[in-house]
Amino acid sequence: MSADAAPDPFVIADTEIGSRLIMGTGGMTSPESLARALTASGTALATVAVRRVDPSTRHSLVDLLDGLGIRILPNTAGCFTAADAVLTARLAREAFATDWVKLEVIGDDRTLLPDPIELVDAAEQLVDDGFVVLPYCGDDPVVARRLEQVGCAAVMPLGAPIGSGLGIRNPHNIQLIVEQAGVPVVLDAGIGTASDACLAMELGCSAVLVASAVTRAEDPGLMASAMRDAVTAGRSARRAGRITRRFVAEASSSFEGMVTPESTVGP
Amino acid sequence: MTGSGAGPAQTTVNGDPYDAAPGSTAADLVARWCPSPRGVAVAVDGEVVPRSAWDTTVIAPGSSVEIVTAAAGG
Repeated sequence: MSADAAPDPFVIADTEIGSRLIMGTGGMTSPESLARALTASGTALATVAVRRVDPSTRHSLVDLLDGLGIRILPNTAGCFTAADAVLTARLAREAFATDWVKLEVIGDDRTLLPDPIELVDAAEQLVDDGFVVLPYCGDDPVVARRLEQVGCAAVMPLGAPIGSGLGIRNPHNIQLIVEQAGVPVVLDAGIGTASDACLAMELGCSAVLVASAVTRAEDPGLMASAMRDAVTAGRSARRAGRITRRFVAEASSSFEGMVTPESTVGP
Repeated sequence: MTGSGAGPAQTTVNGDPYDAAPGSTAADLVARWCPSPRGVAVAVDGEVVPRSAWDTTVIAPGSSVEIVTAAAGG
């Protein structure tokens, strides 16, 4: 990275987050594997689901994240209604002593696509209750704008369905969302490999959230470090100001001063 | 529910029947279910019980109690 590059802090709700790669913990095969991947990712913020305690579980995910110095972002994963999501968020606030919540309200369990009606309803209730709401939403710019209007601290449009690894299916819409947003845009869901994360940043997203692409990779630690590099590269490319796309060529070498067979013939 | 009549309603914890001793508090249930109260939250009949009220919240018979914590996901 250029030593002259201006500081580029990533801020949500007046809080600086130390990495533009947010990690999801879902899909990890073991606590050790999770710890390795989280460390390799360089993340500062990781999502957790809220579930009934399992007396047979020895390890504590909270302790693991605290031990790594990673801030917990509870998620209302699995909720289908605003009422469920609001209760889950309130439980999470009590359990983890944080007002932040990743709000996920899904419409069906096959596509896991967000239900925008329940989502906006839940977002409004939670903002009114003092939460810092980060909603996982579809790539519809109208819904994204609505979520911002009701007071969400960021918007988190999907690239493709959760766990699908299909990358960014509608980059045009993501660009529209970025253009209109007054809050950070975090590409959340569907990232499959490093180039998808890089593209999200090049499109102007402030951060990406990755879970399955890392946790279900053959080598989660290595993929986590690839994602870290990809997010950095994409952000720098965005800040560097890319060339415009041209229909035809633009020569990078001037035609002036060229030597041709005609020009070498003496008088 | 079996039989003949007006027995006390069944308390459940995390969806399973549990016969809480009379006067059991939320704190008692957390201590029984969780190795540590850290990262844990409790709801009784759909309402969150603040941590500060665990010791003083008695679980009425027939209550539906949920005790939750962080799990991999999201």
